[in-house]
Amino acid sequence: MKQAAQDRAWLMSLYRRMVLIREFEERVKYLFLEGIMPGTIHQYQGQEACAVGVCAALDQDDVITSTHRPHGHAIARGLPVNSLMAELFGKVTGCCKGKGGSMHMGDLSRGMVPAVAIVGGALPMAAGIALSFRMKKEKRVAVAFMGDGATNEGTFHEALNMASVWDLPVVYVVENNLYAASTHVSLAMKTKTIAERASAYGMPGCTVDGNDVLAVHAAAKEALDRARAGKGPTLLELVTYRITGHSRRDPALYQPEEEKKKALANEPIGRLAARLKVDGIADDKALAEIRDSVKAEIEEAVKRAMADPEPRPEDTLEDVFA
Amino acid sequence: MKRLGIAEALREAIAEEMRRDERVFCIGEDIGIPGGWGGAFTVTLGLEKEFPDRMINTPISEAGFTGVAMGAAMMGLRPIADMQYADFLFCAMDQMANQVAKMRYMSGGKISIPLVMRGPVGVTGRGAQHAQMMEPYFLPLPGVKIVAPSTAYDAKGLLKAAVRDDNPVLIFEHKLLYGSKGPRVESGAFDASSDIPDDDYIVPLGKGIVRREGSDVTIIATLLMMHRSLEAAAILEKDGISAEVIDPRSLVPFDWDLVKGSAAKTGRVITVEESPRRGGVGSEIAAVLAEDMIDFLVAPVKRIAAPDTPAPFSPPMEKYYVPDAPRIAQAARDLMAIS
Repeated sequence: MKQAAQDRAWLMSLYRRMVLIREFEERVKYLFLEGIMPGTIHQYQGQEACAVGVCAALDQDDVITSTHRPHGHAIARGLPVNSLMAELFGKVTGCCKGKGGSMHMGDLSRGMVPAVAIVGGALPMAAGIALSFRMKKEKRVAVAFMGDGATNEGTFHEALNMASVWDLPVVYVVENNLYAASTHVSLAMKTKTIAERASAYGMPGCTVDGNDVLAVHAAAKEALDRARAGKGPTLLELVTYRITGHSRRDPALYQPEEEKKKALANEPIGRLAARLKVDGIADDKALAEIRDSVKAEIEEAVKRAMADPEPRPEDTLEDVFA
Repeated sequence: MKRLGIAEALREAIAEEMRRDERVFCIGEDIGIPGGWGGAFTVTLGLEKEFPDRMINTPISEAGFTGVAMGAAMMGLRPIADMQYADFLFCAMDQMANQVAKMRYMSGGKISIPLVMRGPVGVTGRGAQHAQMMEPYFLPLPGVKIVAPSTAYDAKGLLKAAVRDDNPVLIFEHKLLYGSKGPRVESGAFDASSDIPDDDYIVPLGKGIVRREGSDVTIIATLLMMHRSLEAAAILEKDGISAEVIDPRSLVPFDWDLVKGSAAKTGRVITVEESPRRGGVGSEIAAVLAEDMIDFLVAPVKRIAAPDTPAPFSPPMEKYYVPDAPRIAQAARDLMAIS
């Protein structure tokens, strides 16, 4: 009975985290369209189950690396929403003191390396983080998130090969949202799946429904256990869909209407909601309450971030060297 | 006190730092292999005997191992990475320029990258792709320190300082200065050995040194060109010209006080380097002196450098390409003719 209650609470926490990402992104999109927020953004709507499913399987001191599309990873990893919103506004209270912005948000002390916005750029780094865990005899694991496009970069080959040769405690997570910017995955690779590329490195690879947060969590758990046990890296391919543009002004006209319609019907939050209802864990009212509380949290973060102090111009000169 | 060449001095520095601090480790291609080479230039030869778990031999993956070293550094280890030839840094350029150099800044100063990257440079009979002086490519890159030792004493002291520094440090080593005897002998090899003290010492980053005092003209050079400049100073002495030779030793940070002080004294400055003149180290020195020291200069700053071409292979062309003592001396005479 107690176990069932815990499971319920855990499922609801996954749901809340996914909704937090979705509402955060929707609010941020609006702030951009209003012209209130500086910079550019790459958003995560539709891929929430990937970040949340993987991060829910992490230990507290595991470390993730991220990409130019990092908001979802940061929220899933548990970075305070206030510090993320403030970073997007370029405020000193941001997680990187306003020096990172959208594409570099992160906080190593909370288990997330500031995001690397060069496609594939963080893959060797993740292997190095894993190497440090091994050399220091720590039972920690590094997880590198990437998009499908990164698997065509040279660093993908170099990093996965080294990680496998040395049996490093690292998990490579590909969020295959079918498009590298505007280019469909079928135009960029000949293999049917990305997971099968793992065989080139002698590591296991598996393709998972990336919109099913429980399937993602189970696959991540298995890969993390394997890494922690010293058995080496895994390549996880999470098949998902980006239900927004590549970046802030992209209407994604290259995504066929039919495909988009199917993707919307398959998006991860709706799927988890349906499951929670069928299993009698939550009703519409409970789910709506979560959404309302999330929205309130985000509004508070926006208000605070907008009121937070700007950096001094001469702060530009700090933080180059230790 | 003992006499060591640069390769041996570097090896001793690495071993001592690894003994002192268990977070220090080596990573690179063809290192730590019993019966192997100790990297392309014997610098890490035999270290696997004492440190079997801290000599990480990698596949041929320059971008890969640079990123691996960075990831380990970020988590508190202190890697000494070995780029077999500094030219291969281009393969790792995204990792160096976008990741290693910028991570601390992007994190708002929360992350340190105590990474040492060693890279052999120098035009040495190997054609265009194993010859380049890489300093100019990294000079404008914020977030990375650069040192370039010309003697064994400095090589050891600078490497130890680099390992103890909490920032990324590139150490460029000249292939012709590693040693002039034994396995390191090759055409043009130059004896840069030094008396190495028995006690622990460092050469601080950012501190240059006057190699020879003089009053008429200042010659600024690192690595092999520092030795060529000393030869030029000896030639000039016979002509009655007193040349001061300054070895900056570090390019980032740079000892501007030393260089400006010498420029103020002599009023004539020559920079010497082995890479193309366009956008070189000498260009930066000349620009700063023009901005800050114009009232002290009695003649234009002269940049002696290689032509704006790749390094050629054939010996007569290579000889033409690399500045030598007579060329440096002639430049000094030309400057002395301007009063």
